[in-house]
Amino acid sequence: MSGLKFIDEFRDPALAQGLAAAIAAEVEPGRDYRIMEFCGGHTHAIQRHGVQRLLPENVRYIHGPGCPVCVLPGARIDAAIHLAETHGAILCSYADLLRVPGASRRALGQCRDVRTLYSPEEVLSIARDNPEREVVFIAIGFETTTPPTAVLVKQAQAQGLSNLSILCNHVLTPAAMTAILDDEDSAIDAILGPSHVSAIIGVAPYRPIVERFRTPIVIAGFEPLDVMQATLMAIRQLNAACAEVENQYTRVVDEQGNRRAQALVDEVFELRETFEWRGLGWLPGSALRLREEYAEFDAERRFDIPSFESREPNSCECPAILRGRKQPHECRLFGHGCTPETPLGACMVSSEGACAAAWSYGP
Amino acid sequence: MCLAVPARVIAVEEGGANARVELGGLERSVSLALVEGVKVGDYLLIHVGFAINTIDPEEARRTLALFAEAGMLEP
Repeated sequence: MSGLKFIDEFRDPALAQGLAAAIAAEVEPGRDYRIMEFCGGHTHAIQRHGVQRLLPENVRYIHGPGCPVCVLPGARIDAAIHLAETHGAILCSYADLLRVPGASRRALGQCRDVRTLYSPEEVLSIARDNPEREVVFIAIGFETTTPPTAVLVKQAQAQGLSNLSILCNHVLTPAAMTAILDDEDSAIDAILGPSHVSAIIGVAPYRPIVERFRTPIVIAGFEPLDVMQATLMAIRQLNAACAEVENQYTRVVDEQGNRRAQALVDEVFELRETFEWRGLGWLPGSALRLREEYAEFDAERRFDIPSFESREPNSCECPAILRGRKQPHECRLFGHGCTPETPLGACMVSSEGACAAAWSYGP
Repeated sequence: MCLAVPARVIAVEEGGANARVELGGLERSVSLALVEGVKVGDYLLIHVGFAINTIDPEEARRTLALFAEAGMLEP
């Protein structure tokens, strides 16, 4: 035990056995329960703590697209590389992104001047220290990561930094959930909703999805016991033929979410008409861009960026894997050209992706 | 990527823009731009250097009690 409050007690092995027994008692034999954990953090918790092995065979987790690095299309990486090569820009981003290949097969990490960030606020000092250079923050992430980017943009404006811009790739969870469920071949019975996205957006945005598709969503905390309890709640809903949004992560998530963060995001960003996702294609209303008032900080308005194509590899099964129809080992590329060292498809790109997790931990 | 970790507030810095928190035995400064009403002793969820929410200890206790209760059910 590491002695960390709000972590250790949510990993207690004895309680895990109790929850496993409760799940085993709840499942109906002969019925399959295909439960998608949307968030890559949940995928990681399930694999790392062996949660799948504690559950009956007819309860199966399907790993979702909730890893922003995985779903970022190659074209956006190539756009960033273009800014480095044509405008001599210093590129800044989170470490997760640096080894992801673009459609050109090159990665950001190969650019001459790339800075890895712990916090987006560090971009401010990089821009101040390099007034003669363009500094571009490659902003990625779901709703959890968007508010810090909003704070950065407002600070850049307040400090009058004229050499700082954002290549915005912030994407929206409800749009991706809708895309996955809005497919007649979707094989998902229930969804475990993300922890920290929900800390920002709250419970309410999931209701229209549940009403439209009659698929239960249970917002789950980040630790293995949270995932197990949320799984039990989802199974109970399925057995009772209910479809509701339930919130297991009550210690952090409430109905309305973090309104202060939402207001900041709304002030700085607006909805894009459409945005490309690696593995899911172009999804309407699924991403954000900077509002006109902040155009000077928008790399896409500030620079003339040619349009790059993403070119997904043929025979990549990510679209089917992300919808629960296939498992990683059923893809012809899995382990044959597509590995964590040389990822081809979205699900292999980061350790949170379904294929990378299956590669590292077994199916 | 959406990893956020709990951290205890040791001090709220002057002006209230940042807090000193204890994170895995280390002290560091985090931005309070996204949260309100933070006090010393509160637990915050930290993501990329920002507190994104506070953790409700009473709700945490309730969830732990539910875990125990679920495990006591007779099959």
